[in-house]
Amino acid sequence: MTDHILRMQGITKTFPGVTALQDVNLSVRRGEIHAICGENGAGKSTLMKVLSGVYPHGTYRGDIYFDDEPCRLSGIRDSEHRGIVIIHQELALCPQLSIAENIFLGNEQAHRGLIDWNKTHHEAAQLLARVGLAESPVTPVMDLGVGKQQLVEIAKALSKEVKLLILDEPTAALNDEDSAHLLDLLRGLRDAGITCVIISHKLNEVLAIADAITILRDGRTIETLDVATDQVTEDRIISGMVGRDLDHRFPPHTPKIGEELLRIEDWTVHSPTQHGRVVVSGANLVLRRGEIVGLAGLMGAGRTELAMSVFGRSYGTNITGRIVKDGREIHLKSVRDAIRHGIAYVTEDRKRYGLNLIEDIKRNVSAAALGKLAKRGWVNDNEEYRVADEYRAGMNIKAPSVLSVTGKLSGGNQQKVVLSKWIFTDADLLILDEPTRGIDVGAKYEIYTIINRLADEGRAILVISSELPELLGLCDRIYTLSAGRISGELPREQATQERLMQYMTKGQ
Amino acid sequence: MTSVAPTNADLAVAGTTPAQPGQPAGRPPRRFSVNLRQSGIYVAFALIVVLFSVLTDGAMLQPQNISNIIVQNSYILILAIGMILIIIAGHIDLSVGSVVAVTGAITGVLTVNMGMPWPLALVITLVAGGLIGAWQGYWIAYFGIPAFIVTLAGMLLFRALTLTVLGNQGIGPFPEPIRTLANGFTNGYLGNIGLGPLGGADLFSLLAGVAAVAGIAITQWRARAARLRYRQTVDPLPIFLAKNAVAAILVLGIVVQLARFRNLPWVLVLLAALVLGYSLLTNRAVFGRQIYAVGGNMQAAVLSGVKVKSIVFWIFVNMGVLSALAGIIFAGRLNQAGPTAGTQFELDAIAAAFIGGAAVQGGVGKVIGAITGGLIMGVINNGMSLIGAPSERVMLVKGLVLLAAVAFDVWTKRRAGAAR
Repeated sequence: MTDHILRMQGITKTFPGVTALQDVNLSVRRGEIHAICGENGAGKSTLMKVLSGVYPHGTYRGDIYFDDEPCRLSGIRDSEHRGIVIIHQELALCPQLSIAENIFLGNEQAHRGLIDWNKTHHEAAQLLARVGLAESPVTPVMDLGVGKQQLVEIAKALSKEVKLLILDEPTAALNDEDSAHLLDLLRGLRDAGITCVIISHKLNEVLAIADAITILRDGRTIETLDVATDQVTEDRIISGMVGRDLDHRFPPHTPKIGEELLRIEDWTVHSPTQHGRVVVSGANLVLRRGEIVGLAGLMGAGRTELAMSVFGRSYGTNITGRIVKDGREIHLKSVRDAIRHGIAYVTEDRKRYGLNLIEDIKRNVSAAALGKLAKRGWVNDNEEYRVADEYRAGMNIKAPSVLSVTGKLSGGNQQKVVLSKWIFTDADLLILDEPTRGIDVGAKYEIYTIINRLADEGRAILVISSELPELLGLCDRIYTLSAGRISGELPREQATQERLMQYMTKGQ
Repeated sequence: MTSVAPTNADLAVAGTTPAQPGQPAGRPPRRFSVNLRQSGIYVAFALIVVLFSVLTDGAMLQPQNISNIIVQNSYILILAIGMILIIIAGHIDLSVGSVVAVTGAITGVLTVNMGMPWPLALVITLVAGGLIGAWQGYWIAYFGIPAFIVTLAGMLLFRALTLTVLGNQGIGPFPEPIRTLANGFTNGYLGNIGLGPLGGADLFSLLAGVAAVAGIAITQWRARAARLRYRQTVDPLPIFLAKNAVAAILVLGIVVQLARFRNLPWVLVLLAALVLGYSLLTNRAVFGRQIYAVGGNMQAAVLSGVKVKSIVFWIFVNMGVLSALAGIIFAGRLNQAGPTAGTQFELDAIAAAFIGGAAVQGGVGKVIGAITGGLIMGVINNGMSLIGAPSERVMLVKGLVLLAAVAFDVWTKRRAGAAR
């Protein structure tokens, strides 16, 4: 028996058109806390899904050895049976059920098919004591804060006699106090012999807690650092996370920056679901015609929330602040207002929020500006066809005709349809949220070319992206957002991935 | 009725025929499946009509029987028009049967008990239907209660209201004009004309039929010409002509039979106007288009600036008005507003919409499809009673047809998905 509880060797996982993991190796020693670091999209979550059986054996290449036994997981139940438990970033609890019911969900303490409630509550109470949660087992989970819910998840994992506990961004939604408590708990579990794998963006936490750190980048293992022997600093981790070349992935572009188009002042947004939580706090942004401005930030920093709250209050409550467009303050109470004032928001999730997937290209292109094609409420569908066909040609949407259903197009072509829809609204400010997510390299280049062209036509562009190289290659100026605050602003010349990452993690 | 079938969207889908260079292999079968999914309903309708014509030795297509099928199903077809809009938007309305009853009762009270002039009573009843729809639409669209619950409550509420107004008795008899609207026929304004072996037929009805055929042909021709001007692909001329010829033969065939019997039923005139109007609304109006957008992807519609709440509200108002219209016609046909009127009409209307190709998740459906779905059920009803089948067997067959229609829809969709 070696001292490694887990060895993943040569893991390769591909999705249609994308290689998410390529030849990834991960070795975790027994009884350590092992952190996995990487940018958004580096493959961390995919790796953990392979490990926990969400992607079962046969859907990836490579070998997993757990406790020195080859491990061919058939599903998540199989992995839990072996003692591998994953706690996802979005907690998987049923809010209406009690703590005890949640802990034993799918693992009910039953006798001849009937649930033994005494045993259930007794054992739940013991587990709660182990994780340091002073709540009654019968309390509904929805009455707990996120921090306590996290502890319930860990108690649930402990109930399954966990040997390897995987936590995906466990502190992302927690405040400092809850985070500190959670990290203490993890140290306690380590001392009790439970091995932990933790994914985190918060590098200070990683340094504080981890015994070893594996860095992933672009679906490959970069290095594994031993905190005890290597000289590990945040900068060292950052350079491992971001160090890659930027040549020729972006079309050349000389910006023609004009006057100010839009100014956002002291913009504050509260969460609509969690009472009192501030999602965006006092943000100030300036956008100019012809300029491509980037908005960088880690997951949960409030990028999408900022964009959508500006776009006719389509996210958030208690929104305060001013929007000044072309020198005049404007009030955007609805999406219609925003569209009328020439603002467009291209969503990060085009399938859920961007397209009517059962309709054709033509009707999707016209969806946000049908009035332009109509006289007295009646649509001229020949004109609609012509317009859509122009966009199909101009944006190089690869489809036999504009009557093709959008659900069947590739990601890149779907994105071009969404862009067409918003360009057709005559917007002069386009907010592009992850414009190249899930799009292959060739189509990305096309999208970048389109973005440059839109800027050259005098529009202001705000690009939200998790890929720092994309922002560096595309943008003339980049804002960073950290925990809902604008933490920095860098012109293109001064921006580097390292500096951006520093700003993005500032104040976390 | 089916003659209105080749709407723009139909022609458009069927019209993408000429193979374009560089088109990936495997496209044609996919288009075929789309076509099958959209046209399957019309093929099924034709087969069912042929089947029952054979089984009944042609009694099915006798002049009087054709007239009966139309008149007997008119109120279900009117309800189906409103229902398809609601189902396209991703909702449902279970209350229409009760609304039919309560609006019939309102008409009865106004005209019979209070002696109000019938046109005024009609308008008041339609407005009442609209208010009922507004009531339900408010709870669904603005308060956010699922339509299933709101209209289930409405089903009880409006039945209770009917019983409160009527007690256990019906109100009747209705004024002549309302009975005529429900049951009557156009006058033989121009007298009869001999059709050789077919005997005498009403000249006015025949002229109306010819005018309808000419109207269809001219609008289709102009639509085709406009498409050509925009350099869109259209059906080749022979196919275009064949489609129009089929439509013309169908319309003329029905009209001739009706003219031989007792001229055109007024409800047919009304239905034709409604089908035409609502087909235009769903295909061409901004409002109609946005119904599809809401049903296809509500969140995307919200983020595209569509006033989703207002659209949902108004389609329920519309459903209320159409229910009131159906209520008037049903009461007029029975010559009585009864407390049990409209029982289970909602199920027939919903079934018509789904048989007619509406998708359970919303976003898909056509007015003409719902009408065809309603006629399929009407023909099954009529045909089976002609061959003397007991009513439980009719119910059995209708249930199976509904299941088969939706299963077919799901199956074609899954196959289309697998081909991706």
